[in-house]
Amino acid sequence: MSDQALLYLDGVTVSFDGFRALNALSLVIEPGEMRAIIGPNGAGKTTMMDVVTGKTRPQSGEVYFDGKVDLTRLDEAAIAGLGIGRKFQKPTVFESHTVADNLDLALAGGRGPFHAIFGKRNGATQKRIDELLDTIHLAALRDVRAAYLSHGQKQWLEIGMLLAQEPKLLLVDEPAAGMTDAETEATAVLLKRIAHEKSVIVVEHDMAFVRALGVKVTVLHEGAVISEGSIDHVSADPKVIEVYLGR
Amino acid sequence: MILRFLVNGLDRWTIAVLIILLAVAVAVPVLNIAVPPDSTYHVPTYAVSLVGKYLTYALLALSVDLVWGFCGILSLGHGAFFALGGYAMGMYLMRQIGSRGVYGNAELPDFMVFLNWKELPLAWYGFSHFAYAALMVVLVPGLLAFVFGWFAFRSRVTGVYLSIITQAMTYALLLAFFRNDFGFGGNNGLTDFKDILGFNIQADTTRGVLFATSALALALAFLICRGLIASKFGKVLVAVRDAESRTRFLGYRVENYKLVVFVLSAAMAGIAGALYVPQVGIINPSEFAPANSIEAVIWVAVGGRGTLSGAIVGAVLVNFAKTWFTSGALAPYWLFLLGGLFIAVTLLLPRGIVGTLAGFVRERRAIPPAAEAPAPNSRVPAEQRG
Repeated sequence: MSDQALLYLDGVTVSFDGFRALNALSLVIEPGEMRAIIGPNGAGKTTMMDVVTGKTRPQSGEVYFDGKVDLTRLDEAAIAGLGIGRKFQKPTVFESHTVADNLDLALAGGRGPFHAIFGKRNGATQKRIDELLDTIHLAALRDVRAAYLSHGQKQWLEIGMLLAQEPKLLLVDEPAAGMTDAETEATAVLLKRIAHEKSVIVVEHDMAFVRALGVKVTVLHEGAVISEGSIDHVSADPKVIEVYLGR
Repeated sequence: MILRFLVNGLDRWTIAVLIILLAVAVAVPVLNIAVPPDSTYHVPTYAVSLVGKYLTYALLALSVDLVWGFCGILSLGHGAFFALGGYAMGMYLMRQIGSRGVYGNAELPDFMVFLNWKELPLAWYGFSHFAYAALMVVLVPGLLAFVFGWFAFRSRVTGVYLSIITQAMTYALLLAFFRNDFGFGGNNGLTDFKDILGFNIQADTTRGVLFATSALALALAFLICRGLIASKFGKVLVAVRDAESRTRFLGYRVENYKLVVFVLSAAMAGIAGALYVPQVGIINPSEFAPANSIEAVIWVAVGGRGTLSGAIVGAVLVNFAKTWFTSGALAPYWLFLLGGLFIAVTLLLPRGIVGTLAGFVRERRAIPPAAEAPAPNSRVPAEQRG
C-alpha cells in the first residue's frame, strides 16, 4: 500500500440486491492531486463517493485515507471530521438559513451539541466567512436565505461550505450540472484554484468541463476502472469509445 | 455563560411574549383573590383553573414545537411525557393525603388498601418528599426519551416511522397504566388530592399560586427555547430538519443533536404534566391516549409550526374553542370540528396563525436583501413544507 497516497481504494466491491455497483474498484489519489472521474450512468461514480464518505459500507475491499485511516470503519460525521468534504449532485444547502449561516455551520470547529449551545463566537469567524463569500462571489447575498439563490449560486454556496470545512480532500459530484456556459467556466476556474491547496475528485458528465479542468481522468464502467490518463488519452482509448463516447 | 445564552434569544417579539405571560401570571390570580366576587373584573375560580390548564397545555405544545418545528421530529407521543410528569406529581399528592383517605390508612393510598396490598411498592418510595417528586417529574420523562431516542435516532428511524413508534410508545404506556397490578391506581388513576406543600389544594390562593407558577414556567421555557434556537445549536437543528444527510457530511453527529433536543423537550412536557395535575385534580391513564398527543400536534400546527409563540397561541385558542364547544349543544361534533380545523389549517394556513402573521409583517417591511436576490427559485422554502 502506498504510504503517500491521500486516498487509496483497493478491490472495493459493493452490491445492491445482486447488482454490482462497484466491482473490485481500485483507485489512488495523491495529496494535492485533482482527478476527474467520468463514466456513463450507473458506472458507480456516486457509489464510489458514498463508500469514501461512509454512507455505504463495501462488502469487500480496502479504503484508506492518509495512508493509515480505515474509512470502512467510520461513520459520515467521523469521516467529515478527518477532512473529507462532499458536494452532492443536486445542490444541497440549508434553505431556511442565510448564505452566511450556511457557511458558519460548515466552518471547521467543534461539532458537539453542547459546544453549539454554549460555544463562543468571535470576530475570526466573521472574517473567515467574509473571505469565503468573496471566493464564491456571493458577498452581496450574505444575508439572503439560501432558498432564494439560483441553481448555480446554490452550487457555489455548497462549494463554499466545502471550503469552510477546510478539508484535505474534496469530493465534488457534477459541479457544473444545470449551469450556464459562463457559470461552468467560472466553476472550472474556482475548482482549479482550490486544487492548489487541496486534493479534489470531480465527478462529471460534461466533457467540455472536464477538458477545461485539464487534469488526469479516470473512466469508470460497470463499477471498475477501464481507462486512466489525460483527456486526450482516454478519449482515444477504444474501450472508452465503445462504452461511453461510442457510436 | 448561561445568561449570555438566554440573552441571545431575546428579540422584540420574545420580550413582548414574556411581558404578556408575566402580566397574565400576576393579573389573573389578583383579579380572582383581591377583587370582590360581585365586581365585573372578578375572575371566578373555575376560570383560573381552566386558564391554568391551558397554560400547561401551552407548555406541552412548546415542547412539541421544539422537536417538530425546528428539528423535524414529528413526535406523536409527547402526551406520554406529559402524563408521566403528571403521575410523578400525582404520586406526591397521593402521599400527602396520609390518613385522611376513605380507609384512613396513613401508610397506603386508598386504592392500595382496596386492592389488599400490605406495603408500599418500591416505585412509590420517596414520593412523600416534594423535592424527590419534582426531580422525578423531569427525570422519568427525560430518561424514557433518552432510551427511546438513543435507539431510534442511532438506528436512523425518521419521518413517519418515527411518528408511528412514538404512538406505539404512548399506547403501550396507556395499557400498562390501565392495569391495577401495575401499581399506579389502574383505571381510576390518582385523585382526591388534599394539599400540596402543606397548602389546601382547593383554596383560591393555592390555585392562584399554581396558576402563576404555570405562567412563569411557560415564560421560562419559552425564553430557554428562544435561546436554544438563536444559538448555533438551533441552527444545526434547522439544518437537520432541512437536509439531514448534508448535516452529517458536514461532520455533525445528527443523532446526538436529536437526542439532546428530544430529552429536553420530554422534560418540558413532564413539567407541564406536573403543573396540570394539581389544577385539574386528577391524573388517569386516559392522558396516555394517542389522541391526546395528536391533539398537541394540532395545536402547534394551528398556531404555527417552528415559531414557538405559535405553539402557545395555538394551544390556548384550540383549547378555548374546545371548552366552548364541548359545554354546549355542539359537544358531539367537537372531534369533527378539530379534524376539520386541522385540514383547513394545513390547506389554507400552512404556516399557522403566527407564521402567517409574521409573513405579513415581513412582506410589509419587504426585507431588502431578498429583493436583491435573483428571481426567487420556485422551490418552496423548507419552513413552509408540511
